[in-house]
Amino acid sequence: MMGVPIEHYLVLSAILFVIGAYGVIIRKNLIIVLMSLELMLNSANIAFVAFSRALLDMTGHVFMIMALTVAAVEVAVGLALVVAIYMHKETLDIDVLKMLKG
Amino acid sequence: MLVWIVLAPLIGVLVNGVVFASGIWKKLLNGDEHTEKRIVSFVGCGVILASAILSTLAFLKLSLTDEKHIIQELFVWIPSGELKIGFEFLLDSLSCVMSLVVTWVSFLIHVYSIGYMHEDRSYSRYFTYLNMFVFFMLLLVLGNNFPLMFVGWEGVGLASYLLIGFWYEDAEKAYAGRKAFIINRIGDFGFILGIFLIFFVFGSLNYQEVFSRALSPEFMDAIPQAVITTIALLLFVGAVGKSAQFPLYVWLPDAMAGPTPVSALIHAATMVTAGVYMIARCNVFYSQSPTAQMIVVGIATFTAFLAATIAITQNDIKKVLAYSTVSQLGYMFMGVGSGAYVAGMFHLVTHAFFKALLFLGSGSVIHALGGEQDIRKMGGLRRFLPVTSITFLIGTLAISGVPLFSGFFSKDEILGALYEKGYGICWFIALVTAVLTAFYMLRLYILTFEGKPRIPEDLKHHIHESPPSMLIPLIILAVLSVAGGYIGIPEFMWKSIGIEGENLFERFLSSSILSTEQVTHHALPHGSLTHWGLVALSVLAAFVGIALAVYMYAINPVLPERLTEKPIVSLLYRGSYGKWFVDEIYDLVFVKTFVNLSKLLALFDLKVIDGAVNGIAGAIRALASVLRTAQTGLLRFYAALMAIGVTAILVYMILSARF
Repeated sequence: MMGVPIEHYLVLSAILFVIGAYGVIIRKNLIIVLMSLELMLNSANIAFVAFSRALLDMTGHVFMIMALTVAAVEVAVGLALVVAIYMHKETLDIDVLKMLKG
Repeated sequence: MLVWIVLAPLIGVLVNGVVFASGIWKKLLNGDEHTEKRIVSFVGCGVILASAILSTLAFLKLSLTDEKHIIQELFVWIPSGELKIGFEFLLDSLSCVMSLVVTWVSFLIHVYSIGYMHEDRSYSRYFTYLNMFVFFMLLLVLGNNFPLMFVGWEGVGLASYLLIGFWYEDAEKAYAGRKAFIINRIGDFGFILGIFLIFFVFGSLNYQEVFSRALSPEFMDAIPQAVITTIALLLFVGAVGKSAQFPLYVWLPDAMAGPTPVSALIHAATMVTAGVYMIARCNVFYSQSPTAQMIVVGIATFTAFLAATIAITQNDIKKVLAYSTVSQLGYMFMGVGSGAYVAGMFHLVTHAFFKALLFLGSGSVIHALGGEQDIRKMGGLRRFLPVTSITFLIGTLAISGVPLFSGFFSKDEILGALYEKGYGICWFIALVTAVLTAFYMLRLYILTFEGKPRIPEDLKHHIHESPPSMLIPLIILAVLSVAGGYIGIPEFMWKSIGIEGENLFERFLSSSILSTEQVTHHALPHGSLTHWGLVALSVLAAFVGIALAVYMYAINPVLPERLTEKPIVSLLYRGSYGKWFVDEIYDLVFVKTFVNLSKLLALFDLKVIDGAVNGIAGAIRALASVLRTAQTGLLRFYAALMAIGVTAILVYMILSARF
């Protein structure tokens, strides 16, 4: 079976993950942070399906679908929170939103 | 039937307490106070009358039939392995005598209270407590085992506490209540230890079982004498507390802070005699332990004498009577302690009559003078209070032991018993105490009712004789104080007047005195004095005391003052007036020590225990204040930290993995 070797997929997944993580750490806007989080999740999904295909095992697919579902839910809740926060604080700058400071 | 004697007063407690004292009547039903007082007095006195009539019926049943005792078992109260305590009542001649005295004297005092407490705003509370007292007293008397007696014992202590501190707004009166309660606890401690030991030794707490075992020689041979002595002495410690003997008598004079009918009922006629009843009930133990008997008689004699020496100088009418009660209780203990249980019980009965009479008489005086209790501010009251003064005089003569009054017969029997049993020194001290008794009682009578009035002018115009509800009990008790003695005329007196009579009281009571060694009136091994010689001596003692008092306070009233100017007399006077400073000594030795110890322990509590707890809390707080700096609240900081952490773990895993 010829095609793209698994290493390529994994490298892509790693790049996407790091970009996502970088976004979460660097960006100040809450919406961008959420988007970066989605990116991280999807990078993991790529790794799952890549392994699934390479190992000819459907478990990876199952996990991917599962993660997608969870991600959809997370986005729904997350965006609702973002809207609520904005209505309260009129900002989405996470450096300003630090009420949990000990 | 037996159970209703005890339960009738409880009904009174429930009705008066729940409906009236609780305020339901006044606040919820908007009832008026006049109706409340009428219902409360009717219920309060009615239940006691019912109980009194029932115990009279029980007495008739007991004396007219051959039955020695009636037992009514209700249910098993505490079933626990070997221990089986029944809720059961026993009516034998001993408890019958007690319940007759308790119910009838209580009834008279309840009636008296209607008049005495009429102005009081806690009228229904008063009757609730008084009924409660009678309930517990009857439980104590009629219970058929030691735990039931103990329940009654504690219950009367509670009622006593509540009634001493009845006017609790007055801090001093509330203090007197607490003092009585705490000192009684010391005695109760001994009593309950005694009960434990009885169970340990005899394996039962039921009177019949314990006493039949204590009477069987096979059973007793296995038990050392010292154990019986210990039981007897532990029970006596309880009696010392409740019946105000040395060294625990100090609460009784202070207990006079309560309303006067309470002093008459609880602190003179009934509750304080519970100890005497208990020793008469446990006569089997005492008769088998000469050591215990000696200690009881010794303490009783000392108490009687000590209290009498204090009573001769007190100026508070109720204090004199209180010390006199302590002294008379000493006589009773001399009787039951020396094995003359019948004589002790006889004095208990006659004392209940004349001391209740004296207290109610003093209550009538206090009522007439609007609360004045100092006899220096009385005098000449005979003209204002004729009935009170005559009945008081009868009581005075009865307690002094003047022939033909009840106190004469009972005191004489105790003195005779002491002499016969060989307690020569105690007999002599008791005789001297009899002189003192006659002296202080006559002094009290003369200073209160005779001579020139020393009453402040503003009080004079509203002195009035008490209402009939107070006078009728006085008259009945006065009759009893005279007639009460004739139930126990000793055999030798009958013989002297040529009648084949016997001591009725002794014959009736003998079925309850289980011990083999009974009072014997035939042998006089210790000397030359005959029965009549002993009687003559005690009559002489009474008249010497009376004559002294009449001379010092009626004929030559300046004499007491002149006497106190002499150094030795003055020293004795001040000692006696200061109650031999027993209260002060107790305060110094026990109260102060206890308070100081408490302060020390409080310091320990504050510094060591609280210090440890607060120290741990402080340490955790300090640690937390270091750790909280990590909680910046910055989302990006947490995310970065997480990334660094995950990376670190990954690096570690990769490096440590073996390929």
